[in-house]
Amino acid sequence: MIVKYALIFSAFLTLLCSYRAIKGPETADRVVALDSISTNIISLGILYAIHTQRPVFINVSLMLAITGFIATVATSLYLREGELIK
Amino acid sequence: MKEILIVIGLFFLSIGTLGLLKLSNTLERMHATSEATTLGVGFIVLAGVVDFYPNGIYLSAILVLVFLFITAPTGAHMIARATYIQDRGKEKSNNLSSIEDFV
Repeated sequence: MIVKYALIFSAFLTLLCSYRAIKGPETADRVVALDSISTNIISLGILYAIHTQRPVFINVSLMLAITGFIATVATSLYLREGELIK
Repeated sequence: MKEILIVIGLFFLSIGTLGLLKLSNTLERMHATSEATTLGVGFIVLAGVVDFYPNGIYLSAILVLVFLFITAPTGAHMIARATYIQDRGKEKSNNLSSIEDFV
Protein backbone atom coordinates (compact mmCIF):
# COMPACT_ATOMS: atom_id res chain seq x y z
CA MET A 1 0.00 0.00 0.00
CA ILE A 2 2.75 2.41 0.92
CA VAL A 3 4.63 1.44 -2.24
CA LYS A 4 1.79 2.80 -4.38
CA TYR A 5 1.88 6.20 -2.68
CA ALA A 6 5.67 6.15 -2.89
CA LEU A 7 5.36 5.64 -6.65
CA ILE A 8 3.02 8.62 -6.94
CA PHE A 9 5.24 10.81 -4.77
CA SER A 10 8.41 9.88 -6.62
CA ALA A 11 6.76 10.62 -9.97
CA PHE A 12 5.72 14.01 -8.59
CA LEU A 13 9.32 14.69 -7.54
CA THR A 14 10.51 13.79 -11.05
CA LEU A 15 7.99 16.23 -12.46
CA LEU A 16 9.33 18.94 -10.14
CA CYS A 17 12.86 18.28 -11.40
CA SER A 18 11.72 18.99 -14.94
CA TYR A 19 11.00 22.58 -13.88
CA ARG A 20 14.73 23.20 -13.53
CA ALA A 21 15.39 21.40 -16.82
CA ILE A 22 13.05 23.78 -18.64
CA LYS A 23 13.69 27.01 -16.76
CA GLY A 24 17.33 26.69 -15.74
CA PRO A 25 19.34 29.78 -16.66
CA GLU A 26 22.42 27.95 -17.93
CA THR A 27 23.07 24.73 -19.78
CA ALA A 28 24.81 23.18 -16.77
CA ASP A 29 21.61 23.57 -14.74
CA ARG A 30 19.75 21.60 -17.36
CA VAL A 31 22.41 18.89 -17.32
CA VAL A 32 22.13 18.67 -13.52
CA ALA A 33 18.35 18.49 -13.73
CA LEU A 34 18.42 15.73 -16.36
CA ASP A 35 20.91 13.77 -14.26
CA SER A 36 18.60 14.11 -11.28
CA ILE A 37 15.63 12.99 -13.41
CA SER A 38 17.47 9.86 -14.52
CA THR A 39 18.41 9.11 -10.92
CA ASN A 40 14.76 9.50 -9.93
CA ILE A 41 13.64 7.13 -12.68
CA ILE A 42 16.02 4.50 -11.27
CA SER A 43 14.06 4.70 -8.02
CA LEU A 44 10.80 4.56 -9.99
CA GLY A 45 11.90 1.32 -11.63
CA ILE A 46 12.78 -0.27 -8.31
CA LEU A 47 9.49 0.88 -6.75
CA TYR A 48 7.51 -0.46 -9.72
CA ALA A 49 9.28 -3.81 -9.42
CA ILE A 50 8.32 -3.94 -5.74
CA HIS A 51 4.75 -2.83 -6.45
CA THR A 52 3.98 -5.38 -9.15
CA GLN A 53 6.25 -8.12 -7.67
CA ARG A 54 7.84 -8.59 -11.09
CA PRO A 55 11.61 -8.42 -10.67
CA VAL A 56 12.25 -7.87 -14.39
CA PHE A 57 11.97 -4.12 -13.89
CA ILE A 58 15.17 -4.01 -11.85
CA ASN A 59 17.02 -4.50 -15.14
CA VAL A 60 15.42 -1.27 -16.36
CA SER A 61 17.04 0.53 -13.44
CA LEU A 62 20.38 -1.14 -14.16
CA MET A 63 20.36 -0.02 -17.79
CA LEU A 64 19.29 3.49 -16.84
CA ALA A 65 22.10 3.77 -14.29
CA ILE A 66 24.59 3.13 -17.10
CA THR A 67 23.04 5.23 -19.88
CA GLY A 68 22.32 8.18 -17.61
CA PHE A 69 26.00 8.30 -16.67
CA ILE A 70 27.02 8.18 -20.33
CA ALA A 71 24.62 11.01 -21.16
CA THR A 72 25.94 13.17 -18.30
CA VAL A 73 29.58 12.61 -19.26
CA ALA A 74 28.91 13.32 -22.94
CA THR A 75 27.03 16.52 -22.22
CA SER A 76 29.62 17.83 -19.78
CA LEU A 77 32.38 17.04 -22.27
CA TYR A 78 30.45 19.00 -24.87
CA LEU A 79 30.15 21.91 -22.44
CA ARG A 80 33.85 21.89 -21.74
CA GLU A 81 35.35 21.25 -25.15
CA GLY A 82 32.68 22.65 -27.42
CA GLU A 83 32.71 19.53 -29.60
CA LEU A 84 32.37 15.82 -29.06
CA ILE A 85 34.01 14.10 -32.02
CA LYS A 86 37.26 15.56 -33.20
CA MET B 1 11.37 -3.27 6.96
CA LYS B 2 11.06 -2.31 3.32
CA GLU B 3 8.46 0.36 4.15
CA ILE B 4 10.91 2.07 6.52
CA LEU B 5 13.63 2.01 3.87
CA ILE B 6 11.26 3.41 1.24
CA VAL B 7 10.17 6.26 3.52
CA ILE B 8 13.80 7.18 4.33
CA GLY B 9 14.66 7.08 0.62
CA LEU B 10 11.74 9.31 -0.30
CA PHE B 11 12.79 11.77 2.41
CA PHE B 12 16.26 12.13 0.91
CA LEU B 13 14.86 12.28 -2.63
CA SER B 14 12.59 15.16 -1.68
CA ILE B 15 15.48 16.97 0.00
CA GLY B 16 17.52 16.65 -3.21
CA THR B 17 14.66 17.90 -5.36
CA LEU B 18 14.01 20.86 -3.06
CA GLY B 19 17.71 21.72 -3.24
CA LEU B 20 17.57 21.53 -7.02
CA LEU B 21 14.62 23.88 -7.11
CA LYS B 22 15.46 26.40 -4.41
CA LEU B 23 19.23 26.92 -4.32
CA SER B 24 20.69 29.85 -6.17
CA ASN B 25 23.91 28.71 -7.84
CA THR B 26 24.76 25.99 -10.32
CA LEU B 27 27.40 24.44 -8.08
CA GLU B 28 25.07 24.49 -5.06
CA ARG B 29 22.32 22.81 -7.04
CA MET B 30 24.73 20.17 -8.29
CA HIS B 31 25.89 19.56 -4.73
CA ALA B 32 22.33 19.05 -3.46
CA THR B 33 21.31 16.61 -6.18
CA SER B 34 24.51 14.61 -6.27
CA GLU B 35 24.58 13.91 -2.55
CA ALA B 36 20.98 13.65 -1.39
CA THR B 37 19.43 12.06 -4.45
CA THR B 38 22.07 9.34 -4.60
CA LEU B 39 21.50 8.52 -0.93
CA GLY B 40 17.73 8.38 -1.40
CA VAL B 41 17.95 6.08 -4.41
CA GLY B 42 20.41 3.95 -2.45
CA PHE B 43 17.85 3.44 0.31
CA ILE B 44 15.13 2.58 -2.20
CA VAL B 45 17.41 0.05 -3.91
CA LEU B 46 18.09 -1.46 -0.48
CA ALA B 47 14.32 -1.80 -0.06
CA GLY B 48 14.27 -3.71 -3.34
CA VAL B 49 17.09 -5.95 -2.11
CA VAL B 50 15.17 -6.68 1.10
CA ASP B 51 11.96 -7.37 -0.80
CA PHE B 52 13.40 -9.72 -3.42
CA TYR B 53 15.91 -11.42 -1.15
CA PRO B 54 15.33 -15.16 -1.77
CA ASN B 55 15.02 -14.52 -5.49
CA GLY B 56 18.32 -14.27 -7.32
CA ILE B 57 17.45 -10.87 -8.81
CA TYR B 58 18.54 -9.08 -5.64
CA LEU B 59 22.13 -9.40 -6.89
CA SER B 60 21.08 -7.26 -9.86
CA ALA B 61 19.72 -4.65 -7.44
CA ILE B 62 23.04 -4.64 -5.60
CA LEU B 63 24.68 -4.10 -8.99
CA VAL B 64 22.44 -1.04 -9.51
CA LEU B 65 23.70 0.28 -6.17
CA VAL B 66 27.35 -0.29 -7.08
CA PHE B 67 26.94 1.40 -10.47
CA LEU B 68 25.11 4.33 -8.91
CA PHE B 69 27.76 4.89 -6.25
CA ILE B 70 30.51 4.78 -8.88
CA THR B 71 28.87 6.89 -11.58
CA ALA B 72 27.07 9.63 -9.62
CA PRO B 73 30.20 11.30 -8.10
CA THR B 74 32.02 10.99 -11.41
CA GLY B 75 29.24 12.70 -13.32
CA ALA B 76 28.93 15.41 -10.67
CA HIS B 77 32.68 16.02 -10.81
CA MET B 78 32.58 16.38 -14.59
CA ILE B 79 29.65 18.80 -14.51
CA ALA B 80 31.36 20.87 -11.79
CA ARG B 81 34.58 21.04 -13.74
CA ALA B 82 32.81 22.06 -16.95
CA THR B 83 30.89 24.75 -15.05
CA TYR B 84 34.03 26.09 -13.42
CA ILE B 85 35.95 26.21 -16.69
CA GLN B 86 33.05 27.99 -18.35
CA ASP B 87 32.67 30.56 -15.55
CA ARG B 88 36.37 31.24 -15.12
CA GLY B 89 36.45 34.25 -17.43
CA LYS B 90 33.32 35.88 -16.05
CA GLU B 91 33.19 38.42 -13.29
CA LYS B 92 30.61 36.70 -11.15
CA SER B 93 32.74 33.71 -10.17
CA ASN B 94 33.44 34.48 -6.54
CA ASN B 95 35.72 32.78 -4.03
CA LEU B 96 36.65 30.11 -6.52
CA SER B 97 40.20 31.19 -7.24
CA SER B 98 41.52 29.00 -4.42
CA ILE B 99 40.72 25.84 -6.38
CA GLU B 100 42.58 27.01 -9.46
CA ASP B 101 45.41 24.56 -8.88
CA PHE B 102 43.16 21.52 -8.81
CA VAL B 103 41.27 21.99 -12.06
